[in-house]
Amino acid sequence: MITGSVVVIINNLLSGNSFTSRKTLNPTKAKEANMSPIIQGRIWRFADNIDTDLIIPGKYLRTTDMSVFASHAMEGIDPEFSKKVTKNDIIVAGKNFGCGSSREQAPLALKHAGVGCVVAESFARIFFRNSINVGLPIIEAVVDCKHSDVASVDVEKGTVTCRGKTYQGVKLPGFLLTILLDGGLIQHRRKQKQ
Amino acid sequence: MPTVSEKILSRAAGEKASADDFIEAGVDFAMAHDGTSVLAVKALREMNVSKVFDPEKIIIPFDHLAPANNETAANLQHDIRSWIEEQGIVNYYDVGEGVCHQVLPERGFALPGKLIIGADSHTCTYGAFGAFATGVGATDMAEIFATGRIWLRVPKTIKVVINGKLPAGTSAKDLALMVVGRIGSDGATYQAIEYYGEAIEHLNMDGRMTLCNMAIEMGAKNSVITPDKKTFEFIKKCAVENYTAVYADQNADYTVEYNMDVSDLEPLVACPHQVDNVCPVSEVVGTPVDQVFIGTCTNGRLEDIEAAAKITKNNKFCVRTIVIPASRQILLDAMEKGYIQALVRAGAMIAPPGCGPCLGAHLGVIGDGEVCLSTANRNFKGRMGKGGLIYLASPETAAASAIKGEIADPREVRLESC
Repeated sequence: MITGSVVVIINNLLSGNSFTSRKTLNPTKAKEANMSPIIQGRIWRFADNIDTDLIIPGKYLRTTDMSVFASHAMEGIDPEFSKKVTKNDIIVAGKNFGCGSSREQAPLALKHAGVGCVVAESFARIFFRNSINVGLPIIEAVVDCKHSDVASVDVEKGTVTCRGKTYQGVKLPGFLLTILLDGGLIQHRRKQKQ
Repeated sequence: MPTVSEKILSRAAGEKASADDFIEAGVDFAMAHDGTSVLAVKALREMNVSKVFDPEKIIIPFDHLAPANNETAANLQHDIRSWIEEQGIVNYYDVGEGVCHQVLPERGFALPGKLIIGADSHTCTYGAFGAFATGVGATDMAEIFATGRIWLRVPKTIKVVINGKLPAGTSAKDLALMVVGRIGSDGATYQAIEYYGEAIEHLNMDGRMTLCNMAIEMGAKNSVITPDKKTFEFIKKCAVENYTAVYADQNADYTVEYNMDVSDLEPLVACPHQVDNVCPVSEVVGTPVDQVFIGTCTNGRLEDIEAAAKITKNNKFCVRTIVIPASRQILLDAMEKGYIQALVRAGAMIAPPGCGPCLGAHLGVIGDGEVCLSTANRNFKGRMGKGGLIYLASPETAAASAIKGEIADPREVRLESC
């Protein structure tokens, strides 16, 4: 898992590196970010091993229309999810969330359906990368909460607060946090070019 | 001491890279297919990048919807073809050439020691050649198209030693399902796997690709089989550039070592809806089947088509059976050897080389409550059609089941059509 000490290693490792996304490691940058680091919303509980075919079936992938992805989000588990979800709702799931395909439409579907953040005990690695890249906040944490509870997530601190208790999850490394708070890799790159 | 993955990533990063380090590495080959290239090119355009870093390092096979199944897909493919031409990407393989994970090895891109990143989760297949190969999503691929570089966290490595010889009636797929069943669907998350042992040495390159293909089904970042005579024999005919074979140091650091033996292995089946939901075929023999599918990047290779044809003999299939060779070359080879003719006579339909119905978009989607016995790598709920049930097995078990119309044990000597 990514730890705080690793963040320091990353900063050291990558200092002076040509990879442009690394030039904005200063956490104060977050203040200029496109996205708020605090997300407050209603919880949707899901189990372990929520795969990408459940998040969005393969037959809906061939379009660039985000509203199509959004309208089929989580269809494999709850066909009504996209109608019932409200802006900034938070998914809290078990292990291995997003396992399966490399389809970026999975985090895009959740994001455009209104999901504000996904909290899971662990993520499949491609889903993890894709979420950062499309600007969908994710936190690796074990949280004791129920469906429809209201929770608050602090993406910068990596914490989830629910039922009066705050859970410390895994903090994102600095460079990933910057990409995320810029709204994803595309916006991050655009910002660098300005 | 370093593992294979640590060594390859150190070379690609130009600095010593150990497990858990974050590195920025130069990519040797980057692959996207007709599915993922759509969002990758969209992202690249939105990043205002007009030229790719190196058109010769990018490989684009069209395989997921091959040929296009509707106007939307056709228009998206048309746009990507124009972009490919505009960028001067020469390693472009249009519909009908085959599944990306067969095309890249056949065309000599899957080479020992290379860092290969693909916008497809089964990119881990090329570990069969001793490459570090892993999958990413479309926006990561856009970043690679733009810069030729990627950030990676160096994985820890799991060592898996598999001894014994595969018994008659079993093949690489049974071995792969055994490993997935043992390690579990998230048992290797974020980690690399290195395979060793007598059973691995005995596998041909087709079988090694089957095994490495399924590393992602355990959450692994990549898996590696270090190159040997069989590897060099395969690539000497097709390698597109020089390479250096990479081996782990003695006493390399592994997080855990699994020891398995295949001497008594039975044919295995992964039952719905998880790939690690594995049981011996004997536990599900007799389960009625509506459709059998032999193909995909897991089991659409010549060895697989041959195994299916040999099991079939002169029997007839009594359920609809779809056979999709993983590439045009395999289709040609299988025709030359008479395998395709035998399968068609038995009642199989042959579909164009590509992914076919595996991802549930065309060419054999199943209906509510229908059962498909497939040689693919995923049996997730709804993958081949909402309400369908997918069982995963070897080509041998698939052919036997097509003959019986129910899940059958390929070791049964008297297979008679239902």
